[in-house]
Amino acid sequence: MSYQELVDSVTPKENKWKNMMIAFFSGGVMGLLSELLVNVFDVNVMLIIWIVIASILTGMGVFDDFVDKFKMGVIIPITGFSHSITSSSIDYKSEGFITGIGSNYMKLAGSVILYGIVSATIFATIRGLLW
Amino acid sequence: MVTLKFNNSYIKSWYSIGGVDEEKGNIKDADKYLSDLYYGEKTHEKAEIKMVEEVITTMKKDNKIDLIIGGNLSNQLGTMNIALRDINTSFLGLYSACATFAESVINASSLLQNKAISNALVITNSHALTSERQFRFPVEYGSLKNCYTTNTITAAVGVVLTNEKTPYKISSATIGGVVDYGIKDVANMGAIMAPAAALVIKEHLYNTNTTMDNYDYILTGDLGNVGLTLLQSVLKDDYGIVTDKIMDAGSIIYKKSQNKCAGGSGPTCLPFAFFNRFIQDKKIKKVLLVGTGALHNPTLVNQKNSIPSIAHLIEIEVNHDAN
Repeated sequence: MSYQELVDSVTPKENKWKNMMIAFFSGGVMGLLSELLVNVFDVNVMLIIWIVIASILTGMGVFDDFVDKFKMGVIIPITGFSHSITSSSIDYKSEGFITGIGSNYMKLAGSVILYGIVSATIFATIRGLLW
Repeated sequence: MVTLKFNNSYIKSWYSIGGVDEEKGNIKDADKYLSDLYYGEKTHEKAEIKMVEEVITTMKKDNKIDLIIGGNLSNQLGTMNIALRDINTSFLGLYSACATFAESVINASSLLQNKAISNALVITNSHALTSERQFRFPVEYGSLKNCYTTNTITAAVGVVLTNEKTPYKISSATIGGVVDYGIKDVANMGAIMAPAAALVIKEHLYNTNTTMDNYDYILTGDLGNVGLTLLQSVLKDDYGIVTDKIMDAGSIIYKKSQNKCAGGSGPTCLPFAFFNRFIQDKKIKKVLLVGTGALHNPTLVNQKNSIPSIAHLIEIEVNHDAN
């Protein structure tokens, strides 16, 4: 038995199905609430509400506890995006506005933006060519 | 590997500060616990610096210190260097991740052995949130942790080694080498370090011509629950050493209810648990302390390298009649 196999055999496994079910329901509830917000206001206001809520909760230091409980259900929606930017900004605040917050606030969210734009470009091009 | 014999190095006194979660855990006898992780400062880094300063000034009050020797996890030992800038004492800064305590004791004992100095202060510290930020994610970021990760403990421990006789003698030490079994999972530090610990234990037993029967127990630094199981497997499978006398400081520090996954980690784990709990046991005669360090460099890990590890071993003989 190789060492890697030995490690795999004694390392406890995450219950992926349980995590997925939690994320499914917490994400679903987020979707439901968003739908209500869209009906009351509009899409942009709904997005802003979530961004502000997630950012404030991160600043208060409780959002990471929510992530522990609700798993990816609160990370994949825009709340996760807001959370990553706020948490990076808080972390780097002590290093100054330019060298700290300015150059580091996208540390985690940068990938989302970059690959979001890249994939949007690809799919928009395909759509443009087909229709 | 090299095994050194010492007959001139004794543990005189120690002082430790623990963090918030450590107070709620199983190690209750530290000299002081923080009420919050900022410790009255603006940043966690400053809190870490303050802890080191406090340990050094406390130890310097009662002891004549010729040399300070130690290190922590901070990049370029940053927090330790700042804490030492007004201390005006010779300083050797060392880094071998969580094996730093053992490495520092070995260095201090060697200098004591050849009578170059008569007192040395060995110091290590770690802070849960400065490590989180430096090695992993922003502090407030809710990353989903695997159930087998270890958590860096918040603590600072200073130990004075001297050439005057005390009940606690550093009798020998084995200097380990870098070991890499190809593990790339940064969350599984125990699996990375277990082979290094196994190797240094085997080398020490071989070089000193002893078996596990000669020792009360082995206390490893911060393997965690997973690493401890792996250490026993590797010792048995690769080196034919079967023993149930191994304990792990990291696995002991927190209570199960604290939701700390596989336990604590960091260079202070070993001294924090040993000096605030194990050393009080009047029955012990001879123990082995194994500092285990995962030599984790985030850049190299991102470049798909596996993570090397190192372990150093120190042997402590306790003679309660000495004083």
